Amino acid sequence: MSAILELDRVGKTFTADGHRVVALEDVSLSFERGECHAIVGESGSGKTTLANLVLGLIPPSAGSIRFNGVPLPGERSREQRRSIQLVQQNPLSALNPRRSVGASVRLPLDVHGIGTSASRASRVAALLEEVGLDGDYARRSPRGLSGGQRQRIAIARALACEPELIVLDEPTSALDVLVQARVLQLLHRLRVARGLTYLFITHDLAVVRAIASRVSVFQKGRLVETGPVEAIFSDPKTAYTRQLIGAVPVVTDEEARLRDAIRAGAVPMDAT
Amino acid sequence: MMLAPTAEPVLTIRDLRLAFGSRRNATPVLHGISLHVRTGEKVALVGESGSGKSVTARLAMGLLQESPRTHATGSIRFDGIEAISGGREIARRRGNRVAMIFQDPTSALNPTFRIRGQFRDVLRSGDRGIRDDEADRRAEAALAEVSIPDPKRALDSYAFQLSGGMNQRVMIAMALANRPALLMADEPGTALDVTVQAQTLGLMHELTERRGTAVLLISHNLGVVREFADRVYVIYRGRMVEHGTTAQLFHDPRHPYTRALLAAIPKISGGGLPDLPERSPDFDQPMVVHEGCGEPAERRP
Repeated sequence: MSAILELDRVGKTFTADGHRVVALEDVSLSFERGECHAIVGESGSGKTTLANLVLGLIPPSAGSIRFNGVPLPGERSREQRRSIQLVQQNPLSALNPRRSVGASVRLPLDVHGIGTSASRASRVAALLEEVGLDGDYARRSPRGLSGGQRQRIAIARALACEPELIVLDEPTSALDVLVQARVLQLLHRLRVARGLTYLFITHDLAVVRAIASRVSVFQKGRLVETGPVEAIFSDPKTAYTRQLIGAVPVVTDEEARLRDAIRAGAVPMDAT
Repeated sequence: MMLAPTAEPVLTIRDLRLAFGSRRNATPVLHGISLHVRTGEKVALVGESGSGKSVTARLAMGLLQESPRTHATGSIRFDGIEAISGGREIARRRGNRVAMIFQDPTSALNPTFRIRGQFRDVLRSGDRGIRDDEADRRAEAALAEVSIPDPKRALDSYAFQLSGGMNQRVMIAMALANRPALLMADEPGTALDVTVQAQTLGLMHELTERRGTAVLLISHNLGVVREFADRVYVIYRGRMVEHGTTAQLFHDPRHPYTRALLAAIPKISGGGLPDLPERSPDFDQPMVVHEGCGEPAERRP
């Protein structure tokens, strides 16, 4: 595996009302090509700041970010912008309600000049099909669609310009569990089929366990723990990670045993 | 706390039907649901968005009925008072016997008044003649009971100056201040971080347990329900689909919808993701009632 994205001692400080707020401090982290790397933390942990830095929406105050080995400049090239896409939490506010579904998915193709005007319509239909929606959705308005359908459309739009890395910011937290399971399945299939890399931001540790291969835990702007998902859930190294796993409301006895052992600081034999 | 099944229900809902819209063109939302909550019992109503769980709570509070586009039939009895028609009169007759906690504590508190004034109003609604200094003393004690470190300072604060977790504690303290018989909690703490949510749910459990307050917990989160409730109703698209004790429901889920929900939830113990449909005709199968969990027989007032 090779690193697609590397953060080297990245920091971000905001100034508000004369106060300096350190949102992210001295973060060094590497994302391997093709992996689903989860970023976990509570509010104020800096996970959204990290996403905004990776997307180039804000510049870092310190350190550097490299993409495919090349430092990302303050002003990114069209190619660099195309390669990193975003799927947000709330698919309703992420889609323009006055634009048809087809027009929303097509917009990045127009912006980045991908294909000919004629080929774009069939490209939109193919993208919708790839996320499990039939081509008729192109003519519809996002209003009146379910949360799951809207999130599929947001995913199709993110895929439109063939990105290498997708930042998924709480992509399923607003969805019901049955819909969430479907969307997580879709994301997993797309990652494997297209060789995508995910930077998956979530507060839900059970979702991390289900979909990610690596996880990095953030607390108050600092990276406190990073490692393979199995390792973090079988033997969390920091008190904060233990506290996070210990607070998850669980539904099975097996989960409860694992959680109680992690709360107690020990690990049951059958968890590894 | 599990009470003997003979204990009198504090809340009994019978064949509740609800439709929204004009008389001629109303959309049914609830298709005849029944539930009960006994004294001191913790009962959960769990379902996805649009299942009708929150409107059930709002009807039980008497908050929805006055709207001309709301058509409710059936029976909602609390403390022997029939509330199907709802409205101010019901709220007045019930007094402080029912309280409610909402999802987002920061927006549920009035941003323009300090906590002190809001807490005095709450206590005054239970005891009209209470003096300010006595109200403040009781408010401080109530805030200390929910582990707020500096109750005096919290009383002098506005909601936006406190964290979400602190506001949730203030809400719990206010809701329980007049010792209600029933607490309705609609997705409490869902807007908070998991560690804070776990703390506030633990706190709510402990306080209601100590005082014998019955709780109707409305939630979409089966994990929260498993931690908190003694007994569970699962609602799907306006119909009850399964009813059992928490142990029965989580160890032996029988309705296809409940099974699908439990399977679809990602687990911290691993196991990946099951391939499940979002909708299935099986989900419309008749309700499953576990042993010993039937609705109590009809009683004439």
